[in-house]
Amino acid sequence: MKRSLSTSTALVGLGLLLGSGSALAATTLTIGTVNNGDMVRMQKLAKTYTDQHPDVELRWVVLEENTLRQRLTTDITTGGGQFDIITIGAYEAPMWGRKNWLMPLEKFSPTYDVDDLMPNVRKQLSVDGKLQALPFYSEGSITYYRTDLFAAKGLKMPAEPTWAEVRGFAEKLHDPSKNVYGICLRGKAGWGENTALVTTIVNTYGGRWFDEKWEPQLDTPEWHQAVSFYVDLLSRFGPPGPSSNGFNENLTLFNAGKCAMWVDASVAGAFVTDKTQRQVPDKVGFVKAPRNVTPKGSSWLWTWALAVPTSSKQQQAAFDFIQWATSKEYGALVAKNHGISAIPPGTRLSTYANAEYMKNTPFARITQEALQTANPDSPTLKPVPYTGVQFVTIPEFQAIGTLVGKSLSGALAGNAKVDAELKSLNEQVQRIMKRAGYYKK
Amino acid sequence: MSDMKKRRRIAETVRAICSWLVALIIFFPIFWMMLTSFKTELGAFTMPPEFLFTPTLENYREIMERNDYLHFAWNSLVTSGGATLVGMLVAVPAAYSFAFHPTQRTQGILVWMLSTKMLPAVGVLVPIYLIARFTHLLDSRILLVIIFALANLPIMVWMLYTYFRDVPRDILEAARMDGATLTQEMYLVLLPVSRGGLASTALLSLILNWNEAFWSLNLTTTQAAPLSALVASFSSPQGLFWARLSAISTLACAPIILIGWASQRQLVRGLTFGAVK
Amino acid sequence: MSEVARESRRAGRLTASPAIILLFLWMIVPLAMTLYFSTQNYVLLDPENRDFAGLENFTYFLKSSSFLHSLLVTLELVGSVLVITVVLGVLISVLVDAKFPGQGVVRLLLISPFFIMPTVSALVWKNLLMNPVSGLFAWLFQRVGLTPINWFSDWPLLSVVTIVSWEWLPFAILVFVTSLQSMDPEQKEAARMEGATAVAVFRYLTLPHLARPIAVVVMVEAIFLLNTFAEIFTTTSGGPGDATTNLPYLVFTQALLEFDVGTASAGGLVAVVLANGVAALLLRVFGKSLTQA
Repeated sequence: MKRSLSTSTALVGLGLLLGSGSALAATTLTIGTVNNGDMVRMQKLAKTYTDQHPDVELRWVVLEENTLRQRLTTDITTGGGQFDIITIGAYEAPMWGRKNWLMPLEKFSPTYDVDDLMPNVRKQLSVDGKLQALPFYSEGSITYYRTDLFAAKGLKMPAEPTWAEVRGFAEKLHDPSKNVYGICLRGKAGWGENTALVTTIVNTYGGRWFDEKWEPQLDTPEWHQAVSFYVDLLSRFGPPGPSSNGFNENLTLFNAGKCAMWVDASVAGAFVTDKTQRQVPDKVGFVKAPRNVTPKGSSWLWTWALAVPTSSKQQQAAFDFIQWATSKEYGALVAKNHGISAIPPGTRLSTYANAEYMKNTPFARITQEALQTANPDSPTLKPVPYTGVQFVTIPEFQAIGTLVGKSLSGALAGNAKVDAELKSLNEQVQRIMKRAGYYKK
Repeated sequence: MSDMKKRRRIAETVRAICSWLVALIIFFPIFWMMLTSFKTELGAFTMPPEFLFTPTLENYREIMERNDYLHFAWNSLVTSGGATLVGMLVAVPAAYSFAFHPTQRTQGILVWMLSTKMLPAVGVLVPIYLIARFTHLLDSRILLVIIFALANLPIMVWMLYTYFRDVPRDILEAARMDGATLTQEMYLVLLPVSRGGLASTALLSLILNWNEAFWSLNLTTTQAAPLSALVASFSSPQGLFWARLSAISTLACAPIILIGWASQRQLVRGLTFGAVK
Repeated sequence: MSEVARESRRAGRLTASPAIILLFLWMIVPLAMTLYFSTQNYVLLDPENRDFAGLENFTYFLKSSSFLHSLLVTLELVGSVLVITVVLGVLISVLVDAKFPGQGVVRLLLISPFFIMPTVSALVWKNLLMNPVSGLFAWLFQRVGLTPINWFSDWPLLSVVTIVSWEWLPFAILVFVTSLQSMDPEQKEAARMEGATAVAVFRYLTLPHLARPIAVVVMVEAIFLLNTFAEIFTTTSGGPGDATTNLPYLVFTQALLEFDVGTASAGGLVAVVLANGVAALLLRVFGKSLTQA
């Protein structure tokens, strides 16, 4: 038994040596990242970095978003030290930064141009003005619509639609017999899935998650109206089985030509205009996400960023890499290898000042507008004690958001009445907040 | 052919046909997945579904380009195989004891063994992670071998117990009469006769370890990451991914299917009563 | 009994020791830590504020509005899958217990679902087969003129049960087929010669022979199924509403999502209590078959 283990270890060592090529690397950086397209591209292009820095070896852990978050949190909070570079979102960055789990990022290299970062994005990732993570790409939410279907019915989509107008369009365009549904929206339960979307709807109705004393506001008229509207719209003019449709399922539907409209992340723009991924390209229009009484909080703001945990033993080397991966040079590298529209969106002002980028990327202008109006520090009509547009930057929000998400999907499936659900949810959220100590005087 | 023989033949043919039908129905989702792995992402979700299409190896190529498949496969082999080996080494003597030298406490102990699996993994993630960190075993194959072996030990003991109980006692008695020691009794008599049971238990353990996707994701990063981590990296990213996921799943289960195929003769062969008579 | 035999018997009892000792250590250390954490106020995102919480974690977990419902869902899930896999498992293994061309391939195909990772199985079923717009089932339904079923919206628990049963059926088939190998074929022939019908052979010879394997399959599957998590996480996220939230998933949403180790530990212990209850119940029914001669 012992013999076979040491033999196998020797064989593996040999295999690793043969496989990795740079056996004599002085610095090994372990990177944990999400498996989204832009990150996968970064993984491929990182070879350029290691060619320039032959003493650095990169090891990749690539996981789906929720699994990665759990993995990283377990490691960072127990001081596991397994990762040198982590991919975190706008949700974790400020919270972890405040706990001093992330290396505060200063002393940038001279070519980095940190002031080129988009202000709202930079705000999201900072604590007391200091950046805790460097933005890799950002997204807002926008409205996608089928220009051909609109034209066929003589409808015109305004530049800043209201939810009421959107409902009107959905009603006219909903045609299940031809396999076209009025509107596709997220319905799958999850704090980053349906709850994110519904939060933006609630925002535009003038609602908010918590008042200044952290009392949950789910039982207010704004919430009732917004949620009832959402459930009615999606169950009447949406595709069948909407309660199990998340981003990917809706993308699949839209690309198969089955949705007349879709309100979702701006990054989908790349997928819906990609000829290899959709059946009806060039017939997609882009406008801002719908509003109601206020445009505040109508578009969400999410950023995937790279950070260096303080438990890493290679902090400077890690910092050098993440600067490279979020730099203008990296953007140019991506443009050279994958076309100008493939530049990671939403992070740098210079991207949107680039005429060629704007010309070749039909959804760029709308994305820029969405990102400019989404202010995480003031996401709602009424004042709030929290930051975050489509989420609340408190540790309890994952659980709260998922709880609410599950209820919403239940209401969508017709299992519950909205009004009663919201009342019960408000109590449950209060219970969570009380236990977390928000009401201690 | 006599009437009865004819009826027998018909019955046997019907039986064969039904068996094949059931097997194909059960296998169908996997077949569909493997088929999807050769489609483009666009083709993977068209309606009506494509049955005839030009296959592409694009997905497989991308997977191989992006990752070191062999490294992950090797980790899977070492951890699953190692854990199965260790598990069998401990489980066989235990099952032998329970099957042939039972006491009043045997049932109690068997049930207790099963109860060690009652804590849901999500509840015990942090304690185990802390232990792993404390012993510096994070991201090591040894850790996975230990955890897999212990996690499946109760199952292996239970299954081996079942199969051993089906072995007629006379064979062992006869060996004992002939003066065989305990070890001889076990290795020279029991094991050869219960080959089918041993093979199916080992295969089951191998499969359970191979597909384990909680500890293997949470306790490894790069060195010891098995195929389940590779599959996880293709699960649910933003955008279409069905074809690629199907491809990586096919690659991930290919080694196991090959092992299963190689051992199916062992599985089919059972106790041979001819040896007794 | 002779001296040799007695020695042999004593040694035979001791061979189980390594397994028992190892499992004991494997059980006791995490269990002790879980017991400790369950009485602590320990949230991973707030590690400075650790203090003694007594039974607060337990009351918090048990008082959550979904707790009782999650027990029900857990038992429904386990019960349904057990019944489906055992009944179908027995029938199918009896069916294929014969010599015919391609016997080996058939057996391999029958256990093939077990080779696929649970997350992948769930994704394949949810998106390639059961999707009401672009899934294969939807297409089949439309071909015969019916409206496709919204599997995960209208029948969430049934959908999850289907997927889990499909995954576990191979296990039952594997155990039963292997066990049937050890049935005495001459006994069956003799019964046939005396005019017994196939059904009678099944009832009086096959089924009793399978009594112990059935007990084993039931007990082992029950323990695994009580902890079903991956399939629910991948397909329904416990929804719609609470329709598919079982106890482990509740522990996940109530505790792990907040990285509340204290409550997660408390929830884990509650799950252990439930599992013991289920095991005790099943033993009442199947216990005799397990250890009888």
